Amino acid sequence: MASLTNRSKVVVNKKMTFWERLYLPAIFGGMAITLKHFFRKSNTVRYPEVKRPFSPVYRGLHVLKRDDKGAERCTACGLCAVACPAEAITMTAAERKKDEKHLYREEKYAAVYEINMLRCIFCGLCEEACPKEAIFLTDRLVPTELEREDFIYGKDKLVELLDQRIDVSKRQVKTYGEDLKI
Amino acid sequence: MVKVKIDGFETEVPEGTSILNAARQIGGDLVPPAMCYYTKLKGSGGKCRTCMVRVAQSSEKDQRPMPKLVASCSTPVQDGMVVENITNPAVLEARKAVVEFLLINHPLDCPICDQAGECDLQNLAFEHGTSKTRYEEERRTYDKIDIGPNIQLHMDRCILCYRCVYTADQLTDKRVHGVLNRGDASEIGTYIQNSIENDFSGNVIDVCPVGALTDKTFRFKSRVWFLNPFDAYRNCPTCSGKVVVWKFGEAIYRVTGRKDQYGEVEEFICNTCRFEKKAPEDWTIEGPRAIDRHSVISQNHYEGFGDLKI
Repeated sequence: MASLTNRSKVVVNKKMTFWERLYLPAIFGGMAITLKHFFRKSNTVRYPEVKRPFSPVYRGLHVLKRDDKGAERCTACGLCAVACPAEAITMTAAERKKDEKHLYREEKYAAVYEINMLRCIFCGLCEEACPKEAIFLTDRLVPTELEREDFIYGKDKLVELLDQRIDVSKRQVKTYGEDLKI
Repeated sequence: MVKVKIDGFETEVPEGTSILNAARQIGGDLVPPAMCYYTKLKGSGGKCRTCMVRVAQSSEKDQRPMPKLVASCSTPVQDGMVVENITNPAVLEARKAVVEFLLINHPLDCPICDQAGECDLQNLAFEHGTSKTRYEEERRTYDKIDIGPNIQLHMDRCILCYRCVYTADQLTDKRVHGVLNRGDASEIGTYIQNSIENDFSGNVIDVCPVGALTDKTFRFKSRVWFLNPFDAYRNCPTCSGKVVVWKFGEAIYRVTGRKDQYGEVEEFICNTCRFEKKAPEDWTIEGPRAIDRHSVISQNHYEGFGDLKI
């Protein structure tokens, strides 16, 4: 049978020569290969300190955006939850009170908004379904946890902080373009 | 009985039937959409103009076409009438224009509106409208009004179909509900926020084709597509007691009348059934409500599929 790779060697049970029985050339040969790798460029990065650049279409941890005045964009319309193939999103809506106009952009807002990161498959359909440009998948990773409950992300983890805005402009231009801005 | 041909399909209907009802007798895609006409409300129809059709031949005797498109809900059929609805591009073009007009002052706040998912205007705009608006001026806005403790009126969303006015006129014995002002300043009024005391006043919610009149007991509680609709009944002394209960898990979130395929309720239900009976033990469940498979309400509901074959 023809060899697939041309690298196969026929095993022969021939008697080894003295030089071969010393094993030293083979050991030094192996060490030389190992030594060569010390001076090569490493294939890995030291992760938490060094981060590889993500592709602009990378879909990682979600963010619930605020608008330019700092009010939450999400209006709890439920389209992300109905679009979610993994049924990872749940929410409860509430009505905005008169003195909360600076907190929520619309008349209705999500009082509870939870994504189960163990169910989430990071397909990005929630981002596509969102009519208010509120939810986006970012290039951040979901950290590991020890308890299953900790993977249910509430608004405390999802809504971006006022002083630490998360830039999603690359995704916005890609998906929506200028003419579809609300 | 008179013979009428709609989009090539012939049917026989009693004299005096409207083109719309003749089309509904045939059924299918050729039924014109209707936003204001409501079978159970006398005098309704002729307001919204979405049901416009072309009459290619007025009757057997007078074979001329009608000069303009006619509103099919208020035009009676004549013997030998030939009607074109979806087969005529002019009709579809006119309908598109009507949808654009209906949406001129509509706030398009579907993400907030409780009616979204079962809204006639949403369906109409999806099927016949354009995806963009050409309207650049400020839309007219109103403050929201409480009509009694259980009904919320959003005049922003109203398309002035007058269905609620006819409901109030015909189901209640005194006139408490009407339209104030004229033209684009018209507004559904209630004698300035007088609450409606009648037992059947809650039906204005069911007849409203948009989200202008909504149930306050269900306000922002959930979205219709997260709920499971069930046919249910109870022994009600005032109404038939046949309703649809919308459940979320075991809890009943809201109660509505049973609507047929054209969005018209089969029987009007009373306010006690609609607003007060929300406990699971109040109702006897008949079975899951059949919802059109293409409706968003059927999304993520797996009841209809039965057990999976393994």
